Amino acid sequence: MSGHSNWPEWIYVAVVIALMAWVGAEAWEAERLIEHVPADAEVIKVTGQQWFWTFEHEDGTKEIGELHVEVGKAYKFEIMSKDVIHSFNIHDYVVLLDAVPGRVNVVWFAPDAVGEHDIQCREYCGLIHYNMRGTLYVEEPST
Amino acid sequence: MVLELAKPRPIWQIMFSTHHTDIGLLYLISSLAFLFLGGSLALAIRIELFLPNVEGAGQIIADSMTFNRIFTVHGTTLIFLFIIPFASAVGNYFVPIMVRYKDMAYPKLNAIAFWMIPPAAALVWLGFADFTWYAQPPYSIISAPGPAADMWIFGLKILGVSSVLGAINFVVTILKCKHPDMSIGQVPLLAWSFLATSVIIIVAIPTFAAALLMLLTDRLGISGFFNPAMGGDPIAYSHLFWFTFHPEVYVLVIPAIGMMYEIIPRFSRKPIYSYNSGVFAFVMLSLVAFSSWAHHMFATGMSFTEKTVFMVGTLAAVPASAMHVFNFIATMWNGRIKFATPMMWAVGGIALFFAAGAGGVVNSAMPLDFSTHDSYWVVGHFHLFVMGTIAFGSIGYLYYMFPYVTGRMYNETAGKIHFFLSFVGTILVFFTQHVLGLYGMPRRVYDYPPIPEWIAMNQIASVGAMIIGISMAIFLVNMIYSSAKGKLADIHDPFGLGGKYYYPFEAKNPHH
Ligand code: HEM
Ligand SMILES: [Cu+2]
Ligand SMILES: [Cu+2]
Repeated sequence: MSGHSNWPEWIYVAVVIALMAWVGAEAWEAERLIEHVPADAEVIKVTGQQWFWTFEHEDGTKEIGELHVEVGKAYKFEIMSKDVIHSFNIHDYVVLLDAVPGRVNVVWFAPDAVGEHDIQCREYCGLIHYNMRGTLYVEEPST
Repeated sequence: MVLELAKPRPIWQIMFSTHHTDIGLLYLISSLAFLFLGGSLALAIRIELFLPNVEGAGQIIADSMTFNRIFTVHGTTLIFLFIIPFASAVGNYFVPIMVRYKDMAYPKLNAIAFWMIPPAAALVWLGFADFTWYAQPPYSIISAPGPAADMWIFGLKILGVSSVLGAINFVVTILKCKHPDMSIGQVPLLAWSFLATSVIIIVAIPTFAAALLMLLTDRLGISGFFNPAMGGDPIAYSHLFWFTFHPEVYVLVIPAIGMMYEIIPRFSRKPIYSYNSGVFAFVMLSLVAFSSWAHHMFATGMSFTEKTVFMVGTLAAVPASAMHVFNFIATMWNGRIKFATPMMWAVGGIALFFAAGAGGVVNSAMPLDFSTHDSYWVVGHFHLFVMGTIAFGSIGYLYYMFPYVTGRMYNETAGKIHFFLSFVGTILVFFTQHVLGLYGMPRRVYDYPPIPEWIAMNQIASVGAMIIGISMAIFLVNMIYSSAKGKLADIHDPFGLGGKYYYPFEAKNPHH
């Protein structure tokens, strides 16, 4: 190329490609494991609407803006929306999935320690998007 | 080159001209005006977020609706009314000269493309919509207040047509009007960057144009393409939108890279390390630009396979971007570098380009994206590109073309101070925003809970923004003062580089 040999650039490009292949492979493997929902996960129905979250447990109990779960159990969120797109987010547990009207999106998590965590909306949804917040309470098993 | 300001002409002569440097001047001045207008909105956002509004304290924007309108118009303005028109300014000035033709291929069309911008800008600014720069349905259909939303839709429609007209003009000028003695392999890299960009625009924009029309009829209640209440699918809009706008990010960045290809070799006083690799990387980028759009949609509930495909498509764009960085560094290697203002901006821009790209890889790796998506990380990510890379390349190029446009020199010390403050400010704002995103702060929020880490990082970012604001004030004064009173430039070698490295495109295009 333009009179001089260009092998340093080819080596460099090869290194970049190798790096990207490595990142891609790791990400693929991690995502594959993460998406595998445990069979015994308890279902929690999550509904987003302007501008609060509603949770419905398997036994029919409902909570608004607060979610109580037990440590050590696996939970499967079925996320939907009543109006516009929201995004259900428990950042501390890297739970993030959009609530899209007309669809049910599924993500799961298993809290591993007792504590309180923020729940928030991560997709712009209008006037009070900034305060579409809630709290997750991870508690000791009741029995 | 043409001295625009050295021979004063009545303003209407410039406004009604179809000559490429006059159109270039119009693009230049309007894009800079929007840089300052859009930038002021950013300062308002940063001041508002300096403190959380505990009991009403620290509040300069009255309510969240106003705040939402401000960030929407901020983004729309800087992307569509600063970055793209600025590139058109440079393209209009330089592409015809670089391909040794007397003007753009279609001068009248060129003027029309420019004059579509003011009415579009008026629609965006007078409407002041609130639905963010991607107007996501169903919010934009059922919830966003009109007439602002409708005005935004019309404004963007006009801007899209303007871009396509400009792109057609560049393609024809470069491919059909270049001097017969010149092969395509001799066209300078800056002109190549416009060719690549224009092809992307022509392929990508029509999709968004269709989506905008569907959005409008949905808002009018005539159709329900994206409205689930009428059987439509909002995610279909996301696909159409990002099919246009992921490639569009390359439309923004490629001309800036082209500008760096003009600056880096001259100020290193060496030929470009590899012209062919530059061309190859531009062509590669315009192809892979179309393979990754749905990386913006990992959290919409896509299947594992879809996510994998778009992750791979995204990572595939990295080697081509990395080739440019290599080319720049290899060109500077062992060069007799002169760190005049344009060079400082270009080198700073390359450094930030590298940092921004590294962050982009994190977004693409799907499990990591669930930490970063729609958090301040993403705001930091793309601002390192749009501000750190694209605005840096553009501003560097503005200093570089300044003597040709005005016949005068800008103040070098002020130019360097401008660079230094902007560089520090950019790092303070946008590196910090990456970290803030990792701490979980969502983007597009008017207010936030008083979490100590969030407060600290918002404050660092706001201070950084003020520093950039100060540097831009220095810039404005320098440009205005120097274009009237700056010392006369030596047009054959304004930067004192030694003529051999200086401008190879001596030809002037007389007004005709
Ligand atoms: C070349 C210049 C680039 C520009 C101008 C750019 C611009 C942008 C913009 C504007 C967004 C956010 C849009 C929004 O949500 O409002 C974005 C997001 C993203 N970018 Fe880039 N980008 C560039 C390069 C890259 C590169 C090289 C990569 C990957 C290697 C990348 C990966 C991503 C990903 C995955 C997202 C989505 C993040 C999310 O929403 O979670 N970008 N980029
Ligand atoms: Cu929201
Ligand atoms: Cu993208």
